Amino acid sequence: MANVIKLRKGLDINLKGKAAEEKANVKATGLYGLVPDDFVGVKPKVVVKEGDCVKAGDALFVDKKHPEVKFVSPVAGTVSAVERGERRKVLSVQVTAGGQQEYVDFGKKNVAAMKGGEVLTALLEGGLFAFFRQRPYDVTPAPEVAPKSIFVSAFSSMPLAQNFEFALKGNEADFQTGLDALAKIAPTFLGVSAKQTAPALTGAKNVTVTVFDGPNPAGNVGVQINHVAPVNKGEVVWTVNPEVVIFIGRLFNTGKVDLTRTVAFAGSEVNAPKYVNMLVGQQLTTLVEGNVSTDKHIRIINGNPLTGTKTCKDGFLAAQATEVTVIPEGDETHELFGWIAPRLNQFSASRSYFSWLMPKKEGYVLDARVKGGHRHMIFSGEYDSVFPMDIYPEQLLKAIITGNIDSMEALGVYEVAPEDFAVAEFVDSSKVELQRIVREGLNMLRKENE
Amino acid sequence: MAFIKNILDQMKPTFSEGGKLSAFGSLFDAAETFFYVPNETSKAYGAHIHDAIDSKRGIFFVIIAMIPAILFGMYNIGLQHDLALGQDTGLVMQFLYGLGVLLPKIIVSYAVGLGIEVAIAQFKKEEVHEGFFVTGMLIPMIVPVNCPLWIMAIATAFAVIFAKEIFGGTGMNIFNPALVTRAFLFFAYPSMMSGDKVWVNGSYMDSIGGPSADAVTAATPLGQLGAGEAVTYSPMDTIIGTIPGSIGETSFIAILIGAVILIWAGIASWKIIVSTFVGGALLAAVCTPEVAGFEWWMHLTVGGFAFGAVFMATDPVTACRTENGKYIYGFIIGALAIIIRQFNPGYPEGMMMAILMGNLLAPLIDYCFVQSNINKRMNRAK
Repeated sequence: MANVIKLRKGLDINLKGKAAEEKANVKATGLYGLVPDDFVGVKPKVVVKEGDCVKAGDALFVDKKHPEVKFVSPVAGTVSAVERGERRKVLSVQVTAGGQQEYVDFGKKNVAAMKGGEVLTALLEGGLFAFFRQRPYDVTPAPEVAPKSIFVSAFSSMPLAQNFEFALKGNEADFQTGLDALAKIAPTFLGVSAKQTAPALTGAKNVTVTVFDGPNPAGNVGVQINHVAPVNKGEVVWTVNPEVVIFIGRLFNTGKVDLTRTVAFAGSEVNAPKYVNMLVGQQLTTLVEGNVSTDKHIRIINGNPLTGTKTCKDGFLAAQATEVTVIPEGDETHELFGWIAPRLNQFSASRSYFSWLMPKKEGYVLDARVKGGHRHMIFSGEYDSVFPMDIYPEQLLKAIITGNIDSMEALGVYEVAPEDFAVAEFVDSSKVELQRIVREGLNMLRKENE
Repeated sequence: MAFIKNILDQMKPTFSEGGKLSAFGSLFDAAETFFYVPNETSKAYGAHIHDAIDSKRGIFFVIIAMIPAILFGMYNIGLQHDLALGQDTGLVMQFLYGLGVLLPKIIVSYAVGLGIEVAIAQFKKEEVHEGFFVTGMLIPMIVPVNCPLWIMAIATAFAVIFAKEIFGGTGMNIFNPALVTRAFLFFAYPSMMSGDKVWVNGSYMDSIGGPSADAVTAATPLGQLGAGEAVTYSPMDTIIGTIPGSIGETSFIAILIGAVILIWAGIASWKIIVSTFVGGALLAAVCTPEVAGFEWWMHLTVGGFAFGAVFMATDPVTACRTENGKYIYGFIIGALAIIIRQFNPGYPEGMMMAILMGNLLAPLIDYCFVQSNINKRMNRAK
């Protein structure tokens, strides 16, 4: 029986518009874009020119520091644009799909007979290593540094997040092959939720399964690492999203790089929230147009509303996003006397509101307003109550804000990623941008250490 | 209510950068956020949704929790005035008399404190922080009724500038500004803060409230205890609050209602409140001498103990910020308050000093807990 870890701290946010467990088809616009910014910590070197023909699995750009880390095209077609911004920064590499999807053939492989090094080479060649993340810094790892272990969290507890168990249906064999492959590289840990029952998860082979029972952010891989085998200074742990594990399995079982994933299209402003099959980098236009509210300003988010990135209807599905969510922007709302009015429609972890007394079963409609002025950290214990790691979040954040590297290290900065602070950022009454602060702190630390 | 929005929108350009009244921009901004929740939306990166709570809501809940103590304080001002003169004007008149005495104090405290805050916010080009709304209400609550307004104004100005703003404003101060106000009064104008002559209103309001009660004496229970005399107030009086004392501190029941509101709303830490009472009760049980009319537990119901434990020790900015530290922080305050009362012949009351001492020790307590977490991490790495 798998080890069960109960988590007490955290906060589940029940938002309206959860995706119904049915799959719909969405017609692609034909334009695909790979955004280097989705792969944090990578300096892209574009290896194709406009007009080049590529197959699915051909590299579009590589990491300047580690040219063996390739970022491959999800689709066969013609490179239509290399979009650049200020100081010629690559914003996206866009491919217009040709008629037929053609894949580069990497050859079927029997994972059981492979060594760790061979698996890694295959993943680098197929461009799947690019989807890995590492602790410390929460960036794309350097392939030559062997990890202590690999962690996969099979669930997300974020609001409106994709239900991985649903996405897993029909992909069980690929998922297990993917886990087998990861286990060849380093000891692999799979975190599953207490609510998940799929045998492919609870009975996964060659990996250590740990069950996590608790509120959001129990599904964060960082939280799971902290409870299973915390990262010490000098150690490297790789983290892999479960959707990427399926990609890995497909690569070895079929020889193709097929970046099709099941995406939750959800949120209070989506007319019919459900799941869709999409390729990484697929343009969102056809998904969004005609399917969302038009009577108010809306915000389209690549990912869930706590950790995602704002995008527009012509944006591309982000490399790590397993959901596209749409919420009201809220900039047209003017709420009177918010500091004292009962505001029954609002959700709050604080009992100065009434959402604890009369929870809305169908979920809350929350808009993108910050809902308060920016302050110094005034009320204490807010972050701590939703931060289920053996770390003092407030003290760590203050060390980051003051740029004190010694304190940051001592307080556990190597164990965290910005997403681990997402719930704390939600409940914060002082409205501090915690995730941005942590991201900048990690970037600063990485620069210092390298 | 759209007309408020229209008025604010019309006025906005005048107060914005480059407008005629841009020097009062912070004031306008404060007024605007007082009426409307700011509709600034989240950035592209980071959490896109936020909890409805903000610091304004949290801080106004503290004021709501203080309302019972404020109302009782008004009534008690009138009551003590009547008792001193040997008359009975009835509950309504007593309350109105107290209202008349307390209102100028509240106005002066807010006018001085907020005036300075707005000026500094404008200077720093920041929003006005709402922290002073609590401080400004606390100050009239913790001074004797006879404290002259001009002295209170000076003390408030001192505390806002030197206890708060030079550290960076709300959220950055080390000591509770309301208590610094009281400490300033205590050391600069000791005759106005303790003794027998400060607890019954004299001087003004007399034409309204009947004959003058100038220089009427009334001893607080703690004053009697300190002087080694028999305590003449019944235990029930100290719980209900019909005794002389600083304006907001006398009624244990009213403060308890406030405590329930604060703990229920999660604004104040129950850990601090409970451990302060535990620390105080333990020391009181051990070191209270035999005095006629005084039970050991009355230490918790008389003087500023309860008011301090509920409204001042729980100030999140100056208290411990680690959850376990809050137990120790509260315990130290409760225990110290009783030690000062019992063993310091100079001061009959010890809560103010105990909380200020607790504020001073809070970072050290936090340091110990944080350091143990750090040590654990360091040992793990070996």
